[in-house]
Amino acid sequence: MAHTSQFCTFYLDKLLFGVELKGVQEVIRSLEMTRVPLAPAVVSGLINLRGQIVTAVDLRRRLELQPSPQGTLAMNVVVRSEDGAVSLLVDEIGDVVEVEETTFEPPPETLRGSARSMILGVHKLNDRLLHVLDIEKACQMVDAAATE
Amino acid sequence: MSESDIVKDFLVESYENLDRLDRELVDLEKNPEDREALGSVFRTIHTIKGTCGFLGFNKLEAVAHVGENLLTRLRDRQLTLTPEITTALLTMVDAVRQMLSQIEKAGQEGERDDSVLIATLTRLQQSPAAQVSATDTTAPKPAAPAPAAVAPAPVSTTEVADMLPNMPLNIGDILEQRAGVTAAAVQLAVMQQKEGDPRRLGEILVEHGAVRPADIVDALRIQQAARAAAAPASDSTIRVDVGLLDKVMNLVGELVLARNQVLQFANRMKDTSFIAASQRLNLITTELQAGVMKTRMQPIGNIWGQFPRTVRDVALGCGKEVKIEMEGKETELDKTIIEAIKDPLTHLVRNSVDHGIELPEARVKAGKDRAGRLILRAFHEGGQVNIEIGDDGAGLNAERIRKKAIERALITAEQAPRMSEREIFNLIFLPGFSTAEKVTNVSGRGVGMDVVKTNVEKIGGTVDIHSTLGQGTTVRVKIPLTLAIIPALIVTCSGERYAIPQVSLLELVRLKAEEVSKGIELVHGAPVYRLRGRLLPLVYLNRELKLVADDHPPRQKDAAVNIVVLQADERQFGLVVDQINDTEEIVVKPLRKQLKTVKIFAGSSIMGDGRVALILDVLGLAQYAGVVTQTRDRAVTEKATGAEAAEVVKQTFLLFAGAGDSRMAIPLSTLARLEEFPVAQVEMSGRQWVTQYRGKILPLIRISVVMEERRNKLRTLQAPPPLDSGPIQVLVLNHDGRSVGLVVERILDIVEDRADVRSAATRAAVLYSVVIGNRVTELLDIPAILRTADLSASQAAPATQSAEFAN
Repeated sequence: MAHTSQFCTFYLDKLLFGVELKGVQEVIRSLEMTRVPLAPAVVSGLINLRGQIVTAVDLRRRLELQPSPQGTLAMNVVVRSEDGAVSLLVDEIGDVVEVEETTFEPPPETLRGSARSMILGVHKLNDRLLHVLDIEKACQMVDAAATE
Repeated sequence: MSESDIVKDFLVESYENLDRLDRELVDLEKNPEDREALGSVFRTIHTIKGTCGFLGFNKLEAVAHVGENLLTRLRDRQLTLTPEITTALLTMVDAVRQMLSQIEKAGQEGERDDSVLIATLTRLQQSPAAQVSATDTTAPKPAAPAPAAVAPAPVSTTEVADMLPNMPLNIGDILEQRAGVTAAAVQLAVMQQKEGDPRRLGEILVEHGAVRPADIVDALRIQQAARAAAAPASDSTIRVDVGLLDKVMNLVGELVLARNQVLQFANRMKDTSFIAASQRLNLITTELQAGVMKTRMQPIGNIWGQFPRTVRDVALGCGKEVKIEMEGKETELDKTIIEAIKDPLTHLVRNSVDHGIELPEARVKAGKDRAGRLILRAFHEGGQVNIEIGDDGAGLNAERIRKKAIERALITAEQAPRMSEREIFNLIFLPGFSTAEKVTNVSGRGVGMDVVKTNVEKIGGTVDIHSTLGQGTTVRVKIPLTLAIIPALIVTCSGERYAIPQVSLLELVRLKAEEVSKGIELVHGAPVYRLRGRLLPLVYLNRELKLVADDHPPRQKDAAVNIVVLQADERQFGLVVDQINDTEEIVVKPLRKQLKTVKIFAGSSIMGDGRVALILDVLGLAQYAGVVTQTRDRAVTEKATGAEAAEVVKQTFLLFAGAGDSRMAIPLSTLARLEEFPVAQVEMSGRQWVTQYRGKILPLIRISVVMEERRNKLRTLQAPPPLDSGPIQVLVLNHDGRSVGLVVERILDIVEDRADVRSAATRAAVLYSVVIGNRVTELLDIPAILRTADLSASQAAPATQSAEFAN
């Protein structure tokens, strides 16, 4: 049997993304957020996750997608990065999917911009493509701040 | 218990022993006849040696063994302690320490060659004295050259008591020390026991003929007494893993937050039993928090303990004689802070010995003692810990520093003459100052002083230096007690709350809407406020945080302005915020790496309602806003010069309206806080007005009652305040460790004045009348007021009643 891996999937601007399930701490509804003035624009703010203060990253901005329409409540995908928990803000949560390694392909050369470093590749699902995100890269603010 | 656990215990115990050894050896050098210290040193080495042999660390054992032999000779008075021997023994301690850290890292001793050290230690045993009594000095032999040769007389009880501090608890060790039984014989007997011999150790030894029964009886008596003496210490303390303590500390932090949330919730509830329960929760949490904080507290003596050794080594290295004195060893600090200040303090101590204290000849020439004094002092003051490192050395030469600073382009030649001596001294903390190789003979100090300053400031502390040429230098380090939970002022700006650590807070100023246009002036567009005659630069928080556009008008018309006066690196500035909420104890959570680049925030915290608030880094904010320049050198020179000198004699007073609307003042330094209580919160306890304040009962003293004539006083004494009156204004004073509230009519102002026009007091409880702000003002005598208050509460009370009847 081919090697398989599990992904926690979510939607951003109608695209399907996934992060490795073992890197995900939890998925929660939108929480009250505290803005951080002067922080890189991709930082939406800080949330109180049961006494733990977690940085929330606007994944749409991070991936240079269209900003989400006003008033929509984002979901939090809390992932474990090297620097502790980080919350990725996404539009909608998808299923947990199990995919085989054989369906994986690296991103095409035509994918440019900062997104390229974060998207490891895609899994070809039956009806659509699952973009595989690199958790560490997505949580890094350094390069994001530099482009400001 | 697995082998690795045993090794871990051995390491922990040995590290402690080695630290003690350092101290004891240095003490012993000063006082070589101290048998007790020698005995203690000997035992420590003996224990390490024994455990090494048991765990199979042969190299370690070999080193400890020759050290022990040398000590045996010292103990048996065949040798006297010389500095050479002390140095050799200290080198041995270092070697053992290195081996231990190797064992800790790699699990084994590693490849080391200690033959030189062993040879030195062996050679030192061959002193003339030793050669007389012993013929076998060429090779290190096990301890006790002539066992059982001197049969000790039975010990008396007083002797037992004398020996107690020296005595181990183990009967085998006692026999080794007292009756000259060889270690080998004891080990043999122990082995026999382990193999199933049911008899006691003493019986086996007697059977082997290693010891006389009388010695056993003595030894047992000693053991019993030693156990009794040692038991309280070992039973009342336990070792706890620091990781576990940190975890408990974090949990208590969470509990504090949850408590704050519950309290806010309780404020909205009508259910009295719920309110009572939440108040209990409040009190218990506060106590628990204090208790847990205590577990993390360590006396500063823990790090000072190493300084005698450091001082000795440095002094010996540069041919100086230094005596070290310590005051306030028991002053406690949070463990994390202790760790953070260890290196800076060591640095300062080395500096004092290396550069501060002169050579013995120079000292004698200057009419001082040959030996220099190094004074370490630690004490608590205003929620902070002060640590002073002082010496009676040559002092700093302001002129040389001035020249050097100009040479290094840290200040300009025009700035130099305008700078005060203190500012000049503080130049040595500048990064550029210390890099030079010739610094030592220029300033006498300055090696890495910028690093010291940076490290102390990292934990929210400050460094200051005082020096008198020819008389010595004192460096004062001020640091907060703890980093985990700090008092902070909560302010609101553009709908978000921010916390400002209270250490940087000086005062709060509120300008009413109609005063704003007059109060805030512009210096070529830069807003300033005249605070007691001096211009205070203003920083608008919402603009700095880019919460509003720069061209946005700073405020709505008809709105009051709240100015938070802050201190950043010797500069004051006013931070304009939308709203000032309250002070709160907040739990500091560091910012994640992603946000570390934002220098304006020091951390974050969770507020009572569960939302996150950011903690402002006052220094970072000041730098960002341009109040303090990055390089810091300008801040030093830009400081107002004229006002600085006058300030020395000026005092700050709080003005208020007291009895009969008369103008009164107290020095601001005696004031803890200003509070306003609704009358409903005032309760009667006996005959005293009290109120509940921060989990304690605060006695309230009414200034009007203290001041009024006795006849009137008696009538008003007992009556609670009329419920329909407005909130009462209370000055909370801390005096002699207790808090009292002084109820006044009205708070007027805070002023800075020389207050040098005085006349004698005309009534009780007044120190004297002074002219403050061109008006005659009575300066209160706070101790006297407290005394009157006590009187009115207790002794005067019966008189009250009779007086009432008389009326």
